[in-house]
Amino acid sequence: MIDRYHWWEYVLIYAGIALFLVFMMAPFVEAFMVSMRPMSELFNVPYRFFTDNMSFEAYVTMWSSVPLLWRYMLNSLFIASAVTVLALMAVIPAAYAFSRMEFKGRNQILAAFLAVNMVSGAVLIIPLYKVMQQLGILNTYFAMIAPGVAFVIPTGIWLLRSYMMKIPKELEEAALVDGAGRLYILWRVIVPISLPGIMVVAITTFITAYAQQFLFALTFNSVNELNPLPVGLFQFFGRQTVVWNELMAASLVGIVPVLVIYVFMQRYIVAGLTAGAVKQ
Amino acid sequence: MAIATQPTATGALAQAGGAGKKTDWFPYLLLLPATFVTLIIVAWPLVETVRLSFTDASLSPTTSFVGLENYQRMFERRFPEVMARTFYWMAISVALKILLGIVGAVLLNAMVPGRTLFRVLVMPPWIVPMAVGVYLWAWMYNGQFGMISGVAQNLGILAGPFEFLGYRNSAFYATIVTDVWIGTPLVTVYLLAAMQGIPRDLYEAAWTDGASRWYRFRRITLPLIMPAVATMSLLSAIWTFNSFDIIWILTEGGPRGATTTMIIDTYKTAISRFRYGEGAARAVMIVLFLSLFSAFYFLMISRFNRQEVGR
Repeated sequence: MIDRYHWWEYVLIYAGIALFLVFMMAPFVEAFMVSMRPMSELFNVPYRFFTDNMSFEAYVTMWSSVPLLWRYMLNSLFIASAVTVLALMAVIPAAYAFSRMEFKGRNQILAAFLAVNMVSGAVLIIPLYKVMQQLGILNTYFAMIAPGVAFVIPTGIWLLRSYMMKIPKELEEAALVDGAGRLYILWRVIVPISLPGIMVVAITTFITAYAQQFLFALTFNSVNELNPLPVGLFQFFGRQTVVWNELMAASLVGIVPVLVIYVFMQRYIVAGLTAGAVKQ
Repeated sequence: MAIATQPTATGALAQAGGAGKKTDWFPYLLLLPATFVTLIIVAWPLVETVRLSFTDASLSPTTSFVGLENYQRMFERRFPEVMARTFYWMAISVALKILLGIVGAVLLNAMVPGRTLFRVLVMPPWIVPMAVGVYLWAWMYNGQFGMISGVAQNLGILAGPFEFLGYRNSAFYATIVTDVWIGTPLVTVYLLAAMQGIPRDLYEAAWTDGASRWYRFRRITLPLIMPAVATMSLLSAIWTFNSFDIIWILTEGGPRGATTTMIIDTYKTAISRFRYGEGAARAVMIVLFLSLFSAFYFLMISRFNRQEVGR
């Protein structure tokens, strides 16, 4: 009964939600409409939402206009996956240590890791460039992966730590009594139990790594074949004549992988994002 | 943070790790990979930025120590203006994100049919690659053929085509709108989670006492999500302060510097103009502000935690 609304309250709520979602969805909808319009109709004045001769043609022609589109998409997926795997390799042991062990300087070290969240790559770009140069990885995939890993580690540790703190310690103690080594316990006891938590961290990391590939690729990579989608498409925006319908088609196709992952993993993603921003 | 108060399951483990007082290296070993990456990619560059800010580093092979000269020159070059603009940009953007986030969360928290679907539809701006989302906006802002200009003309709001990114004022607010579009979903979902965490009996008790919906929102919802709002405002401020992609793609800081925030200014000076020293000095200023924000953040969180313990 407390959840029963008057008819006018329904109207208000739905109107509000509609307005809110229009703001959120408008760029996608408009991009889709643009991708369907032939170039000649694109420059119609006055503006019309539905135009004549709408077709999927741009989705065919874009593969020749943006010849490396496939490559960009695969690069994006590869970079995000590599970041996720490497980050997990650092995050899992660290979260284990922070959540279940006592050692000198634990809180200070954890705070230091969290402080990393406050700076962005753009602030450190000058020395980072030098680091990449000295490591000899400029213009390689690794120049885009390594910084990505560093900036997702803190959130990952924070998320997984709070998950691992909930695991009853009796489990480890039982394994210890059985004479298991501590690395063995981490690998065979803690990791399997934490799998849901690790999933959340993995998916959140992947989404973040996929979403934030612009700056590092723009600055540390000049080999077009290695560019992730955002930078790959960026070159086409600066041109004199932008082929908008194809670019919008390419943008939309490029974001399909994450959207698919999002739709299926929605629960994990929302859990990860909200917990990542919170204390616990 | 609740770090200090969390009981940990270490008794048995500590004993197994070695005899008594000897330092147990195992936890440090576990931290090694994360520490290694962080030292190389974040800590060392941070120290190096500070060092560079006192030098005249540029493309030329020789670099010499110049003391505070970079800082002096920076302030001569209208840096205070850039600083003020950054804070103005951030303040408007964060305020809008929080406001929209609260409204959105309230709406999505309403028990109406379809709410599951609506919640799914909120996230995409945050999920898709940020740069690609901004490309979509670049089209929307297009003066000749873009949707916003077109619709505004059809409605009679604009008399003719209007290039949103072409004028100082409109470009400034256009970049804010795009930033709000990207940042609002997370704020909304986060505040929604906070609202869902409020015990239902509170509402039911108030409802039995005849409290109206508005009253319940004002006296129960709002006070109880306040910690979440405060946390999110500060985090959002930090992220917005660091925002690079959006402005760079839409305007590259233009027209005539109208959207040049501190981050953009730093990038332009260092990467586009190869003045590493001067760029580093700007980066140091950013880090100073960010540490101020972080200090606030940590203080706030430890206060919330103490309140929780006291309850």
